[in-house]
Amino acid sequence: MPELGQYAIPVLFAYSISLLLIAAITLVSYIQYKSVMRKLQKIEED
Amino acid sequence: MSFWKFSNPNNFMTLSEKILPIISVSTILTLTTGLYWGFFLTPEDYQQGNSVKIIFLHVPSALIAINTWFVMLVSSIIWLIRRHHVSALIAKAAAPIGITMTIIAIITGMIWGQQMWGTYWAWDPRLTSFFLLLMFYIGYQTLWSAVEKPDSAAELTSILCVVGTVFAVLSRYAVNFWSQGLHQGASLSLDKEEHIHNAFSNPLYICMAGFILLFLTLVILRTRTEILKRKIFILLDHKGR
Repeated sequence: MPELGQYAIPVLFAYSISLLLIAAITLVSYIQYKSVMRKLQKIEED
Repeated sequence: MSFWKFSNPNNFMTLSEKILPIISVSTILTLTTGLYWGFFLTPEDYQQGNSVKIIFLHVPSALIAINTWFVMLVSSIIWLIRRHHVSALIAKAAAPIGITMTIIAIITGMIWGQQMWGTYWAWDPRLTSFFLLLMFYIGYQTLWSAVEKPDSAAELTSILCVVGTVFAVLSRYAVNFWSQGLHQGASLSLDKEEHIHNAFSNPLYICMAGFILLFLTLVILRTRTEILKRKIFILLDHKGR
């Protein structure tokens, strides 16, 4: 871990919130894709 | 081979299925390398101290925030002129990515601004145009959700996208148009004049490449989802449900 001094809290906060948002959009996109795939398979089977 | 071949949803699905795993792995590798280098291996800046590390998130997210709108613009124009459904769906798929990247750019900019300028926010040209860009993104996304008929939604959102382009252009060039305001000029430029030291620019280029790859991965995945949703809509319509 680098020594961030007086900027530790703002830098870590900036990284945390950004990585969280990137993870969220990636996860939501993947879950939506899988859910739509399952729905389509079910409709095609009927 | 014609570019328009990929406007056929089946061709798009076949090609994207092949490239998605490759581009996903490239995204993880590039983004991890860039952010690790930027966070752990860069020195302290003589003026900004360690707050300079925020640049590795702020600049790439701002780059994607602005250019996502241009991708949406091109896709919308293709839809308006040539009526290719895939292009309308690419624009729809890209909007949430643009919203996320604009929010990241604004938040990281605010955090950095508080440390360097002593304020989280100022109504300076670039900050204001970025705020308006976010409003246009939200409006665009809301319009897609509000209109039930897919083709009508594509039509209206395409027109909104063309109108909103003025704010995307302002976001990109605001610092060049007006010399006043807190926001400094571009950190990197394509001309020979160097703005930042190599110790910072090299990891920054990798982070930018990582964010571009992340955008491509997400837009391909989300376009695939939209194509499948459209397929479900048509199947259910044929079955009379």
